[in-house]
Amino acid sequence: MRGMTPIVKTITALLIGFIMLFGFYVILTGHLSPGGGFAGGVICAAGLLLVVLAFGADTVKERMGHNMAVLWEGLGAIGFLAVALLGFITGTFFAHFVPHNLGVRLFTGGSMPYLNLAIGLKVGAGLFGAFLMLAAFREAERGGRDKGEGDRS
Amino acid sequence: MIHTVLPFVLCVVLFIIGLYAIAVKKNLIKVIIGIIVMHNAVNMFLVLIGFRPPASGPVIAPIMTPEMGHRDEAVRALLSHSVDPVPQALVLTSIVIGLSVVALMVVMALRLHQKYGTFDLTQITRLKG
Amino acid sequence: MSETLTLLYGVIAFMLIAAIVAVETRDLLSSVLCLGALGFGLALVDLIVGAPDLALTQVVVEIFAVVLLIRTVVAREDTTKEFIRDTPHVAAMGAVIMAILLGAYLCFQQLTPFGDPPMIMGASYMRAAQQAGATNLVTAVLLDFRAYDTLGEATVIFAAIMGCYALLRTRGKKEQS
Repeated sequence: MRGMTPIVKTITALLIGFIMLFGFYVILTGHLSPGGGFAGGVICAAGLLLVVLAFGADTVKERMGHNMAVLWEGLGAIGFLAVALLGFITGTFFAHFVPHNLGVRLFTGGSMPYLNLAIGLKVGAGLFGAFLMLAAFREAERGGRDKGEGDRS
Repeated sequence: MIHTVLPFVLCVVLFIIGLYAIAVKKNLIKVIIGIIVMHNAVNMFLVLIGFRPPASGPVIAPIMTPEMGHRDEAVRALLSHSVDPVPQALVLTSIVIGLSVVALMVVMALRLHQKYGTFDLTQITRLKG
Repeated sequence: MSETLTLLYGVIAFMLIAAIVAVETRDLLSSVLCLGALGFGLALVDLIVGAPDLALTQVVVEIFAVVLLIRTVVAREDTTKEFIRDTPHVAAMGAVIMAILLGAYLCFQQLTPFGDPPMIMGASYMRAAQQAGATNLVTAVLLDFRAYDTLGEATVIFAAIMGCYALLRTRGKKEQS
C-alpha cells in the first residue's frame, strides 16, 4: 500500500524508538513487574505495524523483508528450547541453571529472563511477519485488479 | 445470594451472543466477530473465577513489592489475601493465541473474497467449476 | 467492596451492549469498531479484578485485531443479504440456546461462589513463591511452575503463523500471469 502523509511519517519516525524501547522494557522486566514476554512481544509487533502502515509495505520490505521476520521467529523458538534444554545442567528439563533468589535485580530470576526474551522475540517477529505478508498481498491484489495504471511490470 | 453467581451468568450470556452470531449470520466477517466474542467471554469467565475481594481497600494483585524481600510474614499476608494467579496465567497465553487465530481467520477470509468476490456464505458454499 | 462490584457490573453491561451492537449492525466497519469497544471493556474488567498483565496484553492485542479486521473490511464490496430467516434455522438456534442455559444452570449449582476461589494449585504455588525468584507471581507460574504449557503455546502460535504464510504465498501465481 502507499504510505500515509508526511506528517504521519515524521511522527512515526520519531516515535518508533520509544515504542520499541518500551516493548523491550516490558519484556526484560517481566519477572519483576506486570508484563512479560507476551505483552512485550505484542507491543513490539504493534510498533512495527505502525511502521508498515505509515511507510507502505514496499518500503518496509526493502529494509526488513519477510525472510528476516521468519528468521527472527525461528531464533526465538530455538532460543526457548535451548534454554529449556540447558536446564539439564542442573537437573531436569526447564530447571534453573543460574542462581535465583528473591530480589529486584534483573538477573536473579533463574532462567526466566531468557525465556521471556525468547518468547518476546518469537511473538513479535511472528506477528510482524504475518502482517507484512498481509499488506503485501493486498497490494498485489489491488495492483492486479485495476489494470488501467500499468505501473507493475 | 445472587452476587455469588451473577457475573458467571453474564459471561454465559456473552457466550450465547457469540454463538448466535456464528450460527445465524451469513456474512463471513460476522462469523469471525462471533468467534472473537465467544473467545472474550471465555477469557472473562476464567479471570473472574480467581477473584478474591479484599477486606478493605483496593484489590490485591499477585505481585510482590520490593520491600517485602525476605520478610516471611509480609509475604504470607500478601499470599493469603491476593487473587489467584493460576487462571491469570492461563488467560495470558489464551489471549495471544486468540490473536494468532484471528490473523489466520482474516487471511482465510481474504483468500475467499479474492476467489469468490463476496463475503456471503450462501454463495461461497456453491461449488464453482 | 460494593463499589468494586458496581464498577464491575457497569463494565460488563457496557461489554454486553457492545457485543449486541457488533453482532447485529449492518455496516461492517461499525461492527468491527464495536468489537474494539468490547475488547477494551474486557481490559477494564481485568484491571478491576486485579490482573495488570492481562489488561496490558488485552489492550495491545485488541488494537492489533481491530487493525487487521479494518484492513479486510474497508474498500471491499460486500453484497450479503441478511434478512433470510427460515423456521428450521431459528428453531435449531433456539434449541441450542435452551440446551446451553440448562447446562449452565446445572453446572452453576456446583460452581465456586464468586469471590471465594478454591485455590487448589494456587496455594501450593504461592507457598513456593519465594524460591521461584520472581516478584511477579503470574510470570512465575507461567515460566517456572508451568513452563511446559508455555512451550505448547509457543508451538500453537508458530503453527498459526506458518498457516498464514502458507495461505498468502503468491509466488506460483505470479509466474502464470
